[in-house]
Amino acid sequence: MSLAAHVVVRRGTLALDVELAVADGEVLAVLGPNGAGKSSLLRVLAGLLRPDGGRVQVDDEVWDSPDVHLPAHERSLGMVFQDHLLFPHLSVTENVAFGPRTRGTPRPAARAAAEDWLARVGLAGLGDRRPGQLSGGQAQRAALARALVGRPQLLLLDEPLSALDARTRLTVRAELHRHLGDYPGSAVLVTHDPVDAMALADRVVVIEEGRVVQAGTPAEVARRPRTDYVARLVGLVLLAGQGTGTQVALDGGGAVAVAVDVAGPVFVAVRPESVALYLQRPVGSPRNVWPLRLAAATPHGSVVRCDLAGEVPLTADVTATSFAELGLAPGAEVWASVKASELTVYPR
Amino acid sequence: MTHPVGPKSRLWPQRQGRGGGVPAPLLVPALLGVAFLVLPLLGLLVRAPWSDLGPQLARPGVGEALRLSLVSATLATVVSLLLGVPLAWVLARSQVRGRSVLRALVTVPLVLPPVVGGVALFLVLGRQGIIGRWLFEATGFSLPFTTAAVVVAETFVAMPFLVISVEGALRAADARFEDAAATLGADRWTTFRRVTLPLVAPGIAAGAVLCWARALGEFGATITFAGNFPGTTQTMPLAVYLTLQRDPEAAIVLSLVLLGVSLATLLLLRDRWLGRGAVT
Repeated sequence: MSLAAHVVVRRGTLALDVELAVADGEVLAVLGPNGAGKSSLLRVLAGLLRPDGGRVQVDDEVWDSPDVHLPAHERSLGMVFQDHLLFPHLSVTENVAFGPRTRGTPRPAARAAAEDWLARVGLAGLGDRRPGQLSGGQAQRAALARALVGRPQLLLLDEPLSALDARTRLTVRAELHRHLGDYPGSAVLVTHDPVDAMALADRVVVIEEGRVVQAGTPAEVARRPRTDYVARLVGLVLLAGQGTGTQVALDGGGAVAVAVDVAGPVFVAVRPESVALYLQRPVGSPRNVWPLRLAAATPHGSVVRCDLAGEVPLTADVTATSFAELGLAPGAEVWASVKASELTVYPR
Repeated sequence: MTHPVGPKSRLWPQRQGRGGGVPAPLLVPALLGVAFLVLPLLGLLVRAPWSDLGPQLARPGVGEALRLSLVSATLATVVSLLLGVPLAWVLARSQVRGRSVLRALVTVPLVLPPVVGGVALFLVLGRQGIIGRWLFEATGFSLPFTTAAVVVAETFVAMPFLVISVEGALRAADARFEDAAATLGADRWTTFRRVTLPLVAPGIAAGAVLCWARALGEFGATITFAGNFPGTTQTMPLAVYLTLQRDPEAAIVLSLVLLGVSLATLLLLRDRWLGRGAVT
């Protein structure tokens, strides 16, 4: 067990109280909305912010406790920032060599290590440039090299991809995945993008309002969200209710039929693409049919995402063609139906 | 000389995008303002005894006063840099209690009449002064009326310009670069030397030039605290003032020299630092 942390920060409206454990070679993604305390958490781990309580321990070394505060520059860590923060007055090589230099490596050895890492992130030959002469993707690669060159015990990544445009993001994400795979220490990735978390992390922790609301593997979190925020992130609609047999009585009113027997408090996760819309009540005997009202419709790739209001608030993804054929306008009455077998149901 | 952006570029902007032109209620006072600032300088140029310039400049005392001015202003700038940059850092970055009080105290010399500053320096550093007496008894050295006193007086008046401008540069610089340096193993001193200082170098340079120009023109504190002895404490502004009493022609020549030095400083400031600083 490499990183073990219990971080307590009280600052204005933020009350952060989070426990984390990250093994060697493991990547933990911390997912959460803005203001949830992700950045404060990372700053505490980096030693840039002294926590109001708790403990940060890496291997056998205590970095933070009520009696100990190891300042950032004495911690064995590497950090990648959202907008790379390469020093503009130094060349790319000097940026990467900065850490080894401050930690006492002689200049030639530090430069050699920097050149080596620049080659590993695909920037061989660009070391003499200034950061301003790099593209966004190149700068973020250089920042990764700068963070990793010192072989830190802990790697912190603060929204490392969110400043990049969509295409660059895809390639840098893939490269980052490869480098994280090779990295032997513990890594903590803070992000508000579920795709980053799913693609890069071995485990995900979701923080809302300073607390952990869900933890698990990316697949678990994506399949079985436990809060509306997580459900929205992974593109699901979450309904909470009480299960009896194959029937779930929703807390907000109404009922949903599911395919398996359930008992007690449960969540029902609905995939928007499994919801079908009709102008008239559909014939046959679907068990889950509700008359709803179209609250909003927004184009979403090749589909139109329809937010529906009514007894069971749902979201439906319909193809642009179907949407046009239905001739729906906001406020229109529609029938929504979803097969019981399409629903995921799990205990609360 | 504190407005390195020429009035021309404000009055006649390159882009006439927003309806173009300058409204008359702004244009007329602006033109009057330019005239007010530029006409006295033109008068100086018009009235200058151009044919007699060489002999006038070669008169004894002129070179001496100019050399003394340049040397003392430069020394005052060096002292201001050594003390002022750390002070600006404390004001901009540290968590010291009472920083706002400190800042107010530091900026007092900006608004204080320089003569008052000279009197205050005299009371503290004079032979009978609070510190000066102790200094005199210990070493037999008395500060007032020496070249060192000129440097002290100029530093007192000019250093706040440097502090304010460096503090502004520090505040404008992204402090997260310092966080990044800390995560790379740099303690605060290393971070200051290798990251902060290079980042705010343009601001420091601009502040140093301002400080130097202010020191060069210093009159009131210098004449009060250092006196007016040719060769040791008589700087150019003092020479100009005294020469004006008996030989106006010579005073114009001396003024022209100061004007030339100031304009050269302004051009240096513009091209070397402000131009680049504005881009990055």
